[in-house]
Amino acid sequence: MHAMKLSLGPLQYFWPRERTLAFYREAAQWPLDIIYLGETVCSKRRELRTQDWIALAAELANSGKQIVLSSLALIEAESELGVLQRLIDQGQGWIEANDLSAVQLCRARGVPFVAGPTLNVYNHRALAMLMEDGLRRWVPGVEQGAVLIDELRAALLEDGGSMPELEVIGFGRLPLSYSARCFTARALDIAKDQCGFRCIDYPDGLPLATREGRPFLRINGIQIQGEEITDLGPELATLRSLGVDVLRLYPQAEGMADIVAHFDLARRAPTAPPRIGARNGYWHGAPGMRSVDLP
Amino acid sequence: MQLVCPAGNLPALKAAVDAGADAVYVGLRDQTNARAFPGLNFNDEELRQGIAYAQARLRKVYLALNTYPDSVRLSQWYAAVDKAAELGCDAIIAAEMAVLDYATRRHSQMARHLSVQGSATTAPALRYMHERFGISRAVLPRVLSVQQVERLCEQAPVPIEVFAFGSLCIMVEGRCQLSSYVTGASPNRHGVCSPASFVRWEEHDDGGRSVRLNRVLIDRFEPAEPAGYPTVCKGRFAVGGETFHALEEPTSLNTLELLPRLASAGVAALKIEGRQRGVAYVASVTRTWRDALDRYKVAPDRWKARPEWQAGLAKHAEGHQTTLGPYHRHWH
Repeated sequence: MHAMKLSLGPLQYFWPRERTLAFYREAAQWPLDIIYLGETVCSKRRELRTQDWIALAAELANSGKQIVLSSLALIEAESELGVLQRLIDQGQGWIEANDLSAVQLCRARGVPFVAGPTLNVYNHRALAMLMEDGLRRWVPGVEQGAVLIDELRAALLEDGGSMPELEVIGFGRLPLSYSARCFTARALDIAKDQCGFRCIDYPDGLPLATREGRPFLRINGIQIQGEEITDLGPELATLRSLGVDVLRLYPQAEGMADIVAHFDLARRAPTAPPRIGARNGYWHGAPGMRSVDLP
Repeated sequence: MQLVCPAGNLPALKAAVDAGADAVYVGLRDQTNARAFPGLNFNDEELRQGIAYAQARLRKVYLALNTYPDSVRLSQWYAAVDKAAELGCDAIIAAEMAVLDYATRRHSQMARHLSVQGSATTAPALRYMHERFGISRAVLPRVLSVQQVERLCEQAPVPIEVFAFGSLCIMVEGRCQLSSYVTGASPNRHGVCSPASFVRWEEHDDGGRSVRLNRVLIDRFEPAEPAGYPTVCKGRFAVGGETFHALEEPTSLNTLELLPRLASAGVAALKIEGRQRGVAYVASVTRTWRDALDRYKVAPDRWKARPEWQAGLAKHAEGHQTTLGPYHRHWH
């Protein structure tokens, strides 16, 4: 049985500089194979600037883990394209491409990339074309579950292709949508242009509930996440049989060392681990939040 | 600037053409397009008649094939591309790479427009689609400010189309899983957002109403309060102890006052949203924008958005409210 790799997905929230650096210093000691670094949600978040992320990547590369720099999911301004170009030009490693701008710039430079979950790869032809462009690893979008991925793999093989490394979101809140609008600023009744970086006060996002008090979503700047922390640990056997190479764990504000340790044990154990988060409905072909209706 | 108008059926297509649309965009009766609603869209014969009607009047018909097929269903999208070519559509509007690639290889003479669902917001992203699939136009997601649209028009490898009026998606199109998270039915995969089959209205004793989407409470309305269609993004929720439209109010995009700026920027086409809307909407909104564009063409320096145009458009807006949306920095 080959051990699945574990990755630490990019930090989706905005934490103070020292907290972020301390988190990654610790993460360098955790039993991870891959660490994704960089700001994927909002370019105004600059506790770590681009040069800091690049320096951190260089520092963490000594830990023996693969370090990948992740790009913004939504690029609007030219300054943001400039940052993307610098990430690609740093010349140390792969890029997680979270939009087509990143694909184009990686392709132009011959830099290998990971297709992030917002890239919208839904079928084998799209995947094959991106592999021509330099794709080395694929993280399917959140709404793609076991059946869709299996069908894609079969179609790709039938076409004479081969799968790139496959990485699945195994733990964390699912990123559901992105907007030009900052919902954190809206909730606090402040303008996005003078936001005061208030999302730093919500290290796990800002909870949003229905009018009858049911926890529903998390507001994280311009990103909306599902409230539930999904957990594919109990489905590890299916993941293996599908050929999943990498299990992605998204950083949470608390207890991340234990979470990584839990999955490290699980990937080497013959039996499925206990569930520590919510069932991911998407994985089973159901609505993503299906778990709330289940025991 | 070309005026591109929506049609969910043949009468709406004729109404759009009669009211002055330069092009009409339509969809087939399946999940190949992003308005896959029951009772909407065109069968082969209707599409044939619609194309004949429009082209006889020197107008164009674009076929929206802008959803994301998974591997098993890909052949259905390919067949739709073939149909567009066979029936003589002037262009397809597509977002997904396999669909664009197939159209490029099999029907290179048929124009390919990048759909708003393609989520391309930058010049490099547009260059990718242009170099890879030879797109000849791109529709921008409703996320950019007017200054960003202006810059992109300068740098883009292809002419740009922007949304001018209609319901406002506040999330980046092609990147929103809110409907999917709650119902399993997604804009990308199934061409629907918050489908009616998941919507439940509940009447309260006091005359108020609640609305749920797959059992999740989206909003509650007082007896006299107007109630809009329950998409997750336009519901009221509790955040930090307050209940409000946490993502967006029920409102529509209206860029009429930006018309001169969009024209100067070199925007090639203005798009009206609303294939799900009726003939009256299509005819009225198209007529207003035609008039506005014609008067701008005659006297650009003296052009002003007329109050009667704005009033007419507001009548067709969600909650009778309009916004400049992301074009205006304050919206962000």
